[in-house]
Amino acid sequence: MLAHFPILQVMVPLAAAPVCLILRKPLFAWLLAVAVSGVAFVISATLLYQVLEGGTIAYELGGWQAPWGIEYRIDQMNAYVLLIVSAIATIVLLSAQTSILEELAEERRIYFYVAFLLCLSGLLGIAATGDLFNVFVFLEMSALSSYILIALGHDRRGLWASFQYLIMGTVGATFILIGIGLMYAMTGTLNMRDMSELLPAVSGSRTVLTAFVFLVVGVCLKLALFPVHLWLPNAYAYAPSTVTAFLAATATKVAIYLLIRLTYSVFGAEFSFSSFPLQYIFLVLSLAGILVASITAIFQENVKRILAYSSIAQVGYMILGFSLANPTGLMASLLHLFNHALMKGALFLALGAVMYRVGSVRLEDLAGLGKAMPLTMGAVVIGGLSLIGVPLTVGFISKWYLITAALERDWWGVAALVLIGSVLAVVYIWRIVEAAWFRAPASNSLTVTEAPASLLIPVWILVAANVYFGIDTRLTIGVSNSIANLLFGIAP
Amino acid sequence: MTSLSPEGMLQLSIWLPVVSAVAIILFGRWPNLRETVTIAAGLLLLYLTANLYNSFTAGQAVSVLWVEPIPGLAIKFRIEALGVLFSLVAAFLWPITTIYSIGYMRAHHEANQTRFYACFAVSIASVMGIAFADNLFTLFIFYEVLTLITYPLVTHAGTEEAKRGGRTYLGILLATSMMFLLLAIIGTWVVAGTLDFKSGGIFSDDVSLTVLGILLALYVFGIGKAAVMPFHRWLPAAMVAPTPVSALLHAVAVVKAGVFTILKVCVFIFGIDLVAVLPTAQVLLYIAGASVLLASLVAMRQDNLKARLAYSTVSQLGYVTMGALLGTSAGIVGGSMHIAMHAFGKITLFFCAGAILVATHKTEISQMRGIGRQMPVTMAAFFIGSLSIIGVPPGGGSWSKWYLMTGTLEAGQLILMGALMLSTLLNIGYLLPISIRAFFPATGGQSSEIKEAPLPALVALCVTALASVMSFAFPDLLHELASTVLSGPYYRQ
Repeated sequence: MLAHFPILQVMVPLAAAPVCLILRKPLFAWLLAVAVSGVAFVISATLLYQVLEGGTIAYELGGWQAPWGIEYRIDQMNAYVLLIVSAIATIVLLSAQTSILEELAEERRIYFYVAFLLCLSGLLGIAATGDLFNVFVFLEMSALSSYILIALGHDRRGLWASFQYLIMGTVGATFILIGIGLMYAMTGTLNMRDMSELLPAVSGSRTVLTAFVFLVVGVCLKLALFPVHLWLPNAYAYAPSTVTAFLAATATKVAIYLLIRLTYSVFGAEFSFSSFPLQYIFLVLSLAGILVASITAIFQENVKRILAYSSIAQVGYMILGFSLANPTGLMASLLHLFNHALMKGALFLALGAVMYRVGSVRLEDLAGLGKAMPLTMGAVVIGGLSLIGVPLTVGFISKWYLITAALERDWWGVAALVLIGSVLAVVYIWRIVEAAWFRAPASNSLTVTEAPASLLIPVWILVAANVYFGIDTRLTIGVSNSIANLLFGIAP
Repeated sequence: MTSLSPEGMLQLSIWLPVVSAVAIILFGRWPNLRETVTIAAGLLLLYLTANLYNSFTAGQAVSVLWVEPIPGLAIKFRIEALGVLFSLVAAFLWPITTIYSIGYMRAHHEANQTRFYACFAVSIASVMGIAFADNLFTLFIFYEVLTLITYPLVTHAGTEEAKRGGRTYLGILLATSMMFLLLAIIGTWVVAGTLDFKSGGIFSDDVSLTVLGILLALYVFGIGKAAVMPFHRWLPAAMVAPTPVSALLHAVAVVKAGVFTILKVCVFIFGIDLVAVLPTAQVLLYIAGASVLLASLVAMRQDNLKARLAYSTVSQLGYVTMGALLGTSAGIVGGSMHIAMHAFGKITLFFCAGAILVATHKTEISQMRGIGRQMPVTMAAFFIGSLSIIGVPPGGGSWSKWYLMTGTLEAGQLILMGALMLSTLLNIGYLLPISIRAFFPATGGQSSEIKEAPLPALVALCVTALASVMSFAFPDLLHELASTVLSGPYYRQ
């Protein structure tokens, strides 16, 4: 059983999806979904433990040998990402049933669970697999199910947002497919490890360079790098709250994982950074993303849009760390994968609680909510402080390493710009705080009470994690550090 | 209590105010019980810091380690001369301010008093954390916590004006600490490889002076709580807070945390010998000197008493910053002593301002002619506090000013010595007229029936006025601590 964990990680949620369809009642589907994602979490934790103790796990699907069979390779980076995705899925699902009672029409609730489980297994699959075409399959699976999830809510703008995401996402996926196809043509294999060994022989050819560019651009579209981020604000703002919380915390992270995997493991750092001024392009785009997105966030009236633009800025931080091309920078990006998932998960779940009670997440409707819903807004404040990067929260740890990485390269200007991004974050977080505590409540919201426990508990689990992992960083720093060393080929 | 080890006392000095904050929230419904908890915690804290002072003078090295969030950077604490001095000042003034607050808040019928006392307690815990921090990392953590926990205190009134004041307060403090201070700290970490305080500084000899100069500038401007111009606007903006907040926090805790940090950085990160040779130190000295003079000039033009006192604080903080940057031992002694002297003097002045507000509802100085007849005790205390700020006997401020002037002479900074002397004249100009007109109004006297402040408030301001005079008559304790800052044998050589 233990040996099959790599495939079970993906198959268990996948198999549960049609079962949810058979179960007529959403309540049962919810119970199954929570159980399944809990099992996925346990599997990912076990895998991480196994990898940290014993090194990379190679699993052959159906017993067919690589490189012709599909191989699942779990090394520290995969296991880390699997842990993040499954943990967030479990916590988000805990609040899902209550949340969708308000936000989804009755007949759609069962489809929520089906699509959620498909999306989960797709994301897990991208992270777990060692075969490039398998990546594409799971990418499409997670993308299609997320288009469904986004459109499921009452808000009709969700339909438009989903369509926008569909167009841009399909463009990205097509680019990735073209890249994979060209690479297959040049190397004759789809297995990532095999390809990395065969690549040096053909790396001079223009086809390989083209394939690389297609792959990188396609993945960048998926991870919402400025300026191909346009699908994200609407998708996050108009999707049901649970969906936003899940996607914000996982989808872009898995895409960033894919980027790192392609550039470091498949193509190799030497090829990736020398064939193409990738470093500098990413540096400029990520800095631009941080500044533009943060400034745009300040002027939004819908709190979910504020946080959506904030996510684009945070993706900018992660790509910035990547572009610094030193171990500390990569470590900062990996740290931020985990930390940002915690931050945005907590914030969007808290907003879900607000949506549940108030029915809207516009700033004007949050007026005076600090008194009526102190626990919910308290969670928003702590999540916001983590986003700003106040010491004792996870955001501070990520920021520390990112700036250290920039200063190690003597790029003081980059460090200053990162800090400006933090100051901009203070402005838009404080708009939310001021709305909640400094405005008199609107007359029609006088009956608002605190959110139910089923919504508050998952929120506060994530908030507590924000603070806990800001103080006890052994897991996150330890794993990120060893991943960075592994990818840079530095002996431990 | 006597069975508690010094390490335990050090831990407790930070945890006690936090626990008392929880107790304050729990007992929120019973104001008398709640206030008793605050006072008891304050007296206990004073006992703990006094014991730590004794351990320090007995030569004990007391240090505590909490956790290590980042490999190589731990949250840890150690007792050391400057920290002991700061903690004594804060621990002494907290219970006194509580007594004052009881008089003020109840007479003024303030709302949300539980929130007020709880945030106060956590602020004091942060101050203790800053005072005893053993490295810049720990200090920065508590520095930021202090900014955040004082925000609800500044915006206590909940009005539009409070919100705007809060925005300026938080905006300037967070912007300076994130943009400049954090950059300086991480820069120091990357260049020096450590953030632990050490006598003589932590930089090795081969670091370029340009980089060090930039770091020093980033520190001085990044430590926004020291209110070096042009990042001083948060201080007058914070005057929108209730007077007990202005008194303890903006005359003592927050601003002193700022100049304390500058002193720590100059003595234990750079080392005063290095500061003496850095070219940017000279520029920063002139900026501090300009801050001293300009703030005094602005103070003279303020009619609102609290605003005048706020700008006076900006000016006085410039004294300490100057002392730190001079690169001489007298400067450090003067700056350290001024932390205490200015605290006693300024808190007296703010207490009086609040007393006047509660008793007569007056805020503008022009309304205060002849008020000495109505409030003789208050205005007498105001006069004594003024003397300390001006720097003449019997105010304690005269000692610190003496050492600061000696420091400017030692460093050959005659222009700055001139600035200090001019500042004394300006201080007389904006402080003495208030007392004189209160007792000897030329025209427009007030009714001569005595209508003093509420008794707790009166007691508090008399105690602090007395402290100002006592620190003049018996400066040995403070002087001893201040002199040991540089030569302290307990700081890694």
